This record gives sequence, C-alpha cells and structure tokens, in this order.
Amino acid sequence: MQRRDFFKFMGASGALLSGASVLGAEHQSKIDLDNVVGVLTDFTECIGCRECEWACKNAHEMATPPLESYKDKSVFANYRRPDETGFTVVNRFHEKGCTQTDLDVKVQCMHCNDPACVSACIVAALEKQDFGPVTYDAWKCIGCRYCMVACPFEIPAYEYNNALTPIVQKCDMCISRLDVGKIPACVEICPRNALTFGKRSDLIKVAREKIADNPDKYVNHIYGETELGGTSWLFISCEPFDTLNFPKLEQASVVTLPESIQHGIFKYFIPPAMFYGLLGMIMKLTKPDSETADNTNSSSEVHHD
Amino acid sequence: MIDHAMAAPLKHKYFTPGVWFLTALFGSALLIALVRFIFGLGLVTNLNNGYPWGIWIAIDVASGVALAAGGFTSAFLIHIIHKEKFEALSRPALLTAMLGYTFVVIGLLVDLGRYYNVWHPLLPVMWQGNSALFEVGMCVMTYITVLYIEFIPIVAEEYRNRVNLPILKFLNRPMGRLLAFLDSKMGKFMFIFVILVVVLSFMHQSSLGALMVLVKTKMHPLWWSPVLALEFLLSAIAVGFPMIIVESLAASRSFKMKPEMSILTPFARYVPILLGLYLATRFADLTIREVWHYVDGSLESRFFVAEIFFGGLLPFFMLLSEKIRRSPKWLFIAALLVVLGVVFNRINVYLVAFKPLYVSARYFPTIWEILVTLGFVAGLILVYRFIVIHLPVIHARRDAS
Repeated sequence: MQRRDFFKFMGASGALLSGASVLGAEHQSKIDLDNVVGVLTDFTECIGCRECEWACKNAHEMATPPLESYKDKSVFANYRRPDETGFTVVNRFHEKGCTQTDLDVKVQCMHCNDPACVSACIVAALEKQDFGPVTYDAWKCIGCRYCMVACPFEIPAYEYNNALTPIVQKCDMCISRLDVGKIPACVEICPRNALTFGKRSDLIKVAREKIADNPDKYVNHIYGETELGGTSWLFISCEPFDTLNFPKLEQASVVTLPESIQHGIFKYFIPPAMFYGLLGMIMKLTKPDSETADNTNSSSEVHHD
Repeated sequence: MIDHAMAAPLKHKYFTPGVWFLTALFGSALLIALVRFIFGLGLVTNLNNGYPWGIWIAIDVASGVALAAGGFTSAFLIHIIHKEKFEALSRPALLTAMLGYTFVVIGLLVDLGRYYNVWHPLLPVMWQGNSALFEVGMCVMTYITVLYIEFIPIVAEEYRNRVNLPILKFLNRPMGRLLAFLDSKMGKFMFIFVILVVVLSFMHQSSLGALMVLVKTKMHPLWWSPVLALEFLLSAIAVGFPMIIVESLAASRSFKMKPEMSILTPFARYVPILLGLYLATRFADLTIREVWHYVDGSLESRFFVAEIFFGGLLPFFMLLSEKIRRSPKWLFIAALLVVLGVVFNRINVYLVAFKPLYVSARYFPTIWEILVTLGFVAGLILVYRFIVIHLPVIHARRDAS
C-alpha cells in the first residue's frame, strides 16, 4: 500500500502529466489470488442463532443489544439487509426442503476480487487490500455514493440521517482483528461449522470436497468462486442461490469494460492532446481570409469605442 | 456583418411578477438546502440504500451538464469552424454554460454527504484513475475555471476604466486598469481556452455516460450499453443548439424583443443532423445488442418509447421542415422537445433504468427534492437575467434588417 501511495505522491510533482499517468495506467488485478483470505459459509450448518450479528456489532463498537436479545426469532418475519447499523444479517428461508429445519442465510460484504465499489470510488476511499478485504476510509470520502450505485450485491449502506459526517458502512472483514492475528468476529463466535476463515484457495478446496462427499446434500455451486471475477466470501448451500435472494451473475468482472474504456480514452492523455491539436488545426485552416491575424479567435476581440 | 460591438446590457427593469415568483422558488430551495445541511439527507430526500442517487444527481447534475452543452457546441461552430454569422449566439451560450455548471456544482454540494471534501480529487494521494467519476470531477473543475476565464472579457468590456466600488474606492483605479489591460490583451490567447472548452466537454460529457457502464448488473438493457459514453456525448452535442434556441426565444419574449429568427432559422438546420446522428447511434446500438424485445409494455419500456419518440423522432422530423424552423412558436416547441428529451434520457439512465436488488418500492422524489431542483433552475434564470441586464451579452437589436 505504502509503495503505491509513494508512487502516487512522486507522480504528483509532475502535476498535469502525472494526472495523465494515473488516468492512463492499465487495469491490473491488484491482488495475488494465492494469498487472499476469505470465509466459507455453509448454509446447511447455520442454525440461525444470529450470534454473528452480535459479535460483528461488538467488534465494530456499534450500538449492540445484549446477546440474549438475539434469541428473538421474530426478526425472521422480514427479509433483512445489512445496513448502517449492522454489517451482517442472517435471514431465515422457510419451506426449504433440503434441511430438516429452515435454511438460514448469512449475508455481508462479499469482498470481491475485482470490486466495483473500489473501481467507482472517486477518491480511493474504498480500497482492495492485497490479502482480500475491501476497506473504507471515511476521512477521504466525499459522500457521492457512487460505490453504492456500483455495488452488484447492494451492500454499502449510508448514514442518511447523519448531517455532518455520514459514513458508508459495510463489513471490513474485521481488518483490525486480522492485523493482530485474530479471525473475523463472526467466524470466531459461530457455534457451528457454518463459517470457516482461511486462504481463499484452501476454502475452495474444502468446499469442493464437501460437495463431492455429499453430492445429494449440496447444490454443485460454490457461490463467489467465479461470480464477477470471484469474491473472498464463498458460499455453499443445499438450495440454489437464486432462491435465496443471491443475484445471478456472470463470471466476467464488471470493472474490466469501464476501466478499459476509461484508459483507452485517456491513455497517457494522448487522445485528448491529439484532439486539441486537431481542433487547433481546423481552427487555423477554416479561418476566413478576410480577417487579419489579430482579429481572429475570440469573443473578446471587439472594442466598441 | 454582425459582431460583438452590438452586444449590450439590456438595461431592463429587473423585477417583474414572474421574477418575484422565481425568487420565491429559489428562496424555498435555499431553505430546504439549509434544512438538509442541518438535519441530513434522510429528512428531505427519499434516498435509501437501494437508491443512493435521486433527482439531484439525475437532473441537477447529469441533465444540468448536458443542457450546458450549448457552450462547447457553439464554441466549435462559431470560433473553431468560424461560422461567424452566428456570433450573436455565442455570449448567451457561454453565459448559460457558465451558470449551468455553477448550479451543477451547487446542486452537487447539496447532494454530497461530505460536501466539504469535494476538493479531495485534487489531492494526488487520492487520485483514482479507474473511476469515471474522478475524470468527471477533475474535468468539470477545470472546465468551470475555463468558462469563467472566457467570461472575463465580457466584464472587462463593460467596466474597464469605470469601476465604481461602493466602499473600496481606492481599488477603482487599479481594477479599472486591470480590466482595460485584460480587455485589450486577452483576445490574443483566448483561442487556447476556446479549444479547451471543446476538448474538456468531450471528455466529461462522455464520462458521465461511462460511469454507468460499471452498473451493468443493475441496469435495464434498453439503456445500459457499452457505448453509453458515446451516446452521452452525442446527445450532449445534439442538445446544445436546441438549448440555445430555447433560451434565445425565451429571452426575446421575456425582454419583449423581436425573436432573432434570421439567425435561429439557419442555426436550427444543424439540429436534425446532430440529433439524427445520436438517434442512429442509439438504434444501431439497440439492434446490435439485440434488446428490442425489451420493448414489451413494461413501465421501463414505456418510458423508453416516450423518450425516443417525443424527445427524439418527433423533433427530428419537425426540424427537417423549413416551415417549422421559420416559425418562432414551432421552432421553440421542437427545440424544447429535444431539450426535454435529453433530460428525460438522463433521468431514465440514472433512475428509471436503475434496478436495486432488494428495494421493492421504486424511488420517487419528495416534494422537497423537487422544490430544490426547480428552485435551482429558478436561481439560474435569476442570475442570467441579472447579468444580461448589466453586462453586454445579448444583441439587443440584431433583427433590425
């Protein structure tokens, strides 16, 4: 990270030209996929205790109701989404035939390999850490909410009622815990094997084995393995994901096309500079002969005295 | 030949009943903006986590930028390919662009959650070259500066050597001299800015479309397109002249002057060409992407048909007719259709085509959002009126012949 900031800073000294180099840089995957961490969620193991919701709020020092209050199952009556007051929620899907009981589905930020929010962010307030988490720096943020428009999973939430310092709120994979060698709070508290933290490549192997060992139990789909270029958070389920409110998505990353358009148009600022030169030439060539050299260009020429 | 010497302050009375109405509208917009700054966006808008953008972005910002396109399209026509017979339209177009972008920025500041950080994209440590919005931000900041520079000669022409400040009297002489100096020298290098106006406009007009390319999975296929950037650019180019026509005819009426049909009629000939180019691109894009079957009677598809028909095909065919181009009334109607069609397109792209995954209720603006949007348009008209009364922008009597 610091290296990149350093280069950005060095680039700054060249003012306009360095601006060109930022816009003209090629799109490169910022991460080394072998070292990315993530979490594997197995819906068939989840019992809907919602202790992960409590642990998440607790770990992020948000207003946290006592743990006992999470035993209240009435919240399952409505489909809920992560929001500015909680980065993860568990929803219960009734009448799912694949389990003895209901199917409980935890959702939070997917931590995409190629995050649209990071590509969108005008000031790099959202960043993809090279080991996986997508993090947010409120200090940089201008509050434009383009990240929310861009997110294909509709995850970032906004503090619309905060007049002065509204924050874009979403799961950060407990990066401050990861930094001191702990695992995400939701994974730590999970009383079952519903959540497994580890290297993403290892988690994919674990998921494949689970599906191979129980082909009747699981649908043959690791959600997040390939969706939009893959995500750090992976899911396996006994029901198809589109019936659990997961969007059906292509494999191709959504950021590749817009980023290549952007860099095609602005490659080292050459196309705009060439366009400028072309217009200058047209301006000179189409200049009417009758005009004198210093009575040409602009609206300011005229002296009406 | 017509030239600038004829542009003059209109010296008209400022307040009329209509102006008082606009003042009230603008005042209420400022009050609502104040409420938003004290209590937050949540109290006055219908925005939520599914619909993070509302009409303040779709109309105030996206449509505002498109409708200010008269600035760069007229700069190209009049100053780059030297169609100088349209010179009379140049200053009003520049003024509209300058005020248009000013109100775009004001509207944006009301919408931004952390408006006081709006300058952050200037800091190299925060540069994010992958973001189309970053390009828009940098470009608009540069462009607005260029527009104000281009406007300096108009101020200089009027006030050189006769600056009369109420309190800071000792500044009168030096400021008068400065303006006289600018008036005599700026013309020499103004061409640099004229070309810059066109280049910068191409860049950010297209980027405002490009920024929705990223939203592919949440957009209706009738509007999402890999060539949104091109379509936004072409529609901005197509709406530039109609906007100038609408304004000129509206100003003539408001200031009780003869409509300048001797310029507007030949000027309007360009519109069907530019509008046709845009529509052809849209149709080619829809055909290549094989999405015509989405015109299926859904709400989105009805908006699409209305946009294309009333805002595109109808004015296109109307403006092909010489008779319509010669009639102030019909020319006004046809040009207004193009203007509204492009606004409709921006609303469609940013709001109607946008499908949140988990919010079932469709976004509809609150009365407060609508009042702020209308109030800022009123504010723009008020400042425009003030400036054309006091500065040489409009050619008062050019239809004397």
